[in-house]
Amino acid sequence: MLMAKVKVENLVKIFGEHPNRALKMLQEGKSKEEILEATKNTVGVYNVSFQVEAGEIFVLMGLSGSGKSTLLRCINRLIKPTSGKVFIDDEEITGIDENKLREIRRQKLGMVFQRFALFPHRTVVDNVAFGLEIQGLSKEERLAKANQVLEAVGLKEWENSMPNQLSGGMQQRVGLARALASDPDILLMDEAFSALDPLIRKGMQDELLSLQATLNKTIIFVTHDLDEALKIGDRIALMKDGAIIQIGTPEEILTNPANEYVEKFVEDVDMSKVLTAEGVMKKSETVITPKDGPRTAMRRMRENGISSIFMVSKDRRLIGLVMAEDALKAAEEYKTTLDEVLLKDTPRVAPDTPLAELLPLVAEAKYPIAVVDEQNYLQGIIVRGSVLSGMIRKGENKTDAS
Amino acid sequence: MLPKITIGEWVDVLVVWATDNLTSLFDAIVVVIQFIVGNLAWALTAPSPWVIIILSIPLVLFLTNWKTAIGTSLGLLLIYDLRIWEPSMNTLAMVIAATIVALLVGIPLGILSARSDNAHKIIMPVLDFMQTMPPFVYLIPAVLFFGTGAVPGLIATVIFAMPPAIRLTGLGIRQVPVELIEAAEAFGSTQYQKLVKVQLPVAIPTIMAGINQCIMLALSMVVIAAMIGAGGLGSEVLRGIQRLDIPVGFEGGLAIVIIAIILDRITQGLGKRDNN
Ligand SMILES: Nc1ncnc2c1ncn2[C@@H]1O[C@H](COP(=O)(O)OP(=O)(O)OP(=O)(O)O)[C@@H](O)[C@H]1O
Ligand SMILES: [Mg+2]
Repeated sequence: MLMAKVKVENLVKIFGEHPNRALKMLQEGKSKEEILEATKNTVGVYNVSFQVEAGEIFVLMGLSGSGKSTLLRCINRLIKPTSGKVFIDDEEITGIDENKLREIRRQKLGMVFQRFALFPHRTVVDNVAFGLEIQGLSKEERLAKANQVLEAVGLKEWENSMPNQLSGGMQQRVGLARALASDPDILLMDEAFSALDPLIRKGMQDELLSLQATLNKTIIFVTHDLDEALKIGDRIALMKDGAIIQIGTPEEILTNPANEYVEKFVEDVDMSKVLTAEGVMKKSETVITPKDGPRTAMRRMRENGISSIFMVSKDRRLIGLVMAEDALKAAEEYKTTLDEVLLKDTPRVAPDTPLAELLPLVAEAKYPIAVVDEQNYLQGIIVRGSVLSGMIRKGENKTDAS
Repeated sequence: MLPKITIGEWVDVLVVWATDNLTSLFDAIVVVIQFIVGNLAWALTAPSPWVIIILSIPLVLFLTNWKTAIGTSLGLLLIYDLRIWEPSMNTLAMVIAATIVALLVGIPLGILSARSDNAHKIIMPVLDFMQTMPPFVYLIPAVLFFGTGAVPGLIATVIFAMPPAIRLTGLGIRQVPVELIEAAEAFGSTQYQKLVKVQLPVAIPTIMAGINQCIMLALSMVVIAAMIGAGGLGSEVLRGIQRLDIPVGFEGGLAIVIIAIILDRITQGLGKRDNN
């Protein structure tokens, strides 16, 4: 079985003097407001469990005050949980002593902050080298490593500048470089890009993704921005009042909101930007293989009410497309194979093609579009109707909810 | 009639107890202070004033900028010309000595008050109390413990000048943004690393402001301490008052102002340099 890199079990954080009473009220199903009223305690995180696999980007999303930062800080124990457990590489860190905790923070955890949190009195390179300095590396070693990381984020020439001489985007690159310098397995990012203006922000998201492609870290990323979550998250956990109300891939969250709250949260999303080919395609159960002749093809199409059919090899690699009228002609001419009418270069797209790219294709296409993976296995098909219905499905849900 | 609470008498009892029991501690304090102030005064008065005046230029330039360096040497030149070089240098030595001791005690106390809420709760009201006390009240216990002369004057000065160093060190550290503290901790700093690599450096501008105030208070107290025979420029001023000798009093006062401006500009310059 795959080992979870980070595992959180029944985590609870209550801020205030007497958490036990608040805990009891929580178990009785009282709301965050009621508890605050009665006990002066604030529920930060309530009964949260999840696992993050190695190499995954896991996004914590939710409105302001929903407990994202608190949850994130429980993972490196900047905040001590009231109850529950956190495991890193199967080691429980909720119970360990200061020394052990410090070791884990140094070796395994990097953190990036919303307002960058660069040390104003240190140069860029000394900021990046901070973690290594704390670990007691010699000056040469840590500067060499820091410069290497600075290079990776494209700030080599700025090594001797002070942080306040840099633009916001550059400062956050330094923040990212600082977190990467000690080569931790896990990156904790708290609204890392929220303080940047939209264009820079988009650039940073792309950069993070491209860095991630080579570094393959386990990233827990906090954001209150759904578009950001959908863009970079492999999975998203949606939080409300300290609890996680849904965990899923971006598509699952969008197409299958767990409840009205999630529904509301996702309603402003530009569906065409975030949905992918995979999300709107139909699974193509009805296919033909090379041994099938025109009559079989005709019958299959008639039975399923479709006007074209894909031909795949026995192991479902895509070979081509046969249109109903061509099959009919071949049948009338008593052909036994479909070789002559097989169309081999109709459009094909990858499963992760965004809908925005797909729409023009669909609009122009005379033929249905095949969705194939890298090995050319047929995953599904897209016809004009399926894209629309994918988007309308969403719209209907919304109307029902309101 | 309302019975009088005998606060004054209680303090008296306390003072007597302290004189009887803490003699060796006081002796140690005396030795340290005499050592520092003696050497400083010697270093400032033994060479010809010209040496000091000229040497001050590169030294101050190193610490701050050209304007302050030139101003300092001109100020010193004026003091020399007024024929009050020795008392001025004695005052300067006492101010520096008192400031050093005040910082040695005050900065750690400031750090303590920033790190422990309990310490903070105790220290702050004491500082409030100390800072509203009129300066010459500090002279009374000093005289009782140490008699008259430069040492009790200096001790009173140290105590009088200490509050801003404590207060602003504590304030500076408490004002360090939470995110910086979190960053330090998230990367696995020990408490000590957090203090010396993040909290103190970030708090430097505020601490420098505290040092500046500390020096200014020390200067004013050193002058007042002439009342118990501490010597220096204070004695000049005192002489001027006692004999109603306007020139002597004014020239002494002027030298004090010059020294004040020099010390102020140097410490402010230092603060700015660390800021950048
Ligand atoms: N140190 C604290 N003491 C008391 N309450 C706190 C503390 N930190 C957070 N809280 C409360 O816990 C709840 C969750 O806060 P948290 O900062 O985790 O939210 P968030 O989702 O990160 O919000 P934001 O998007 O504004 O950063 C809030 O109600 C907040 O007021
Ligand atoms: Mg937050």
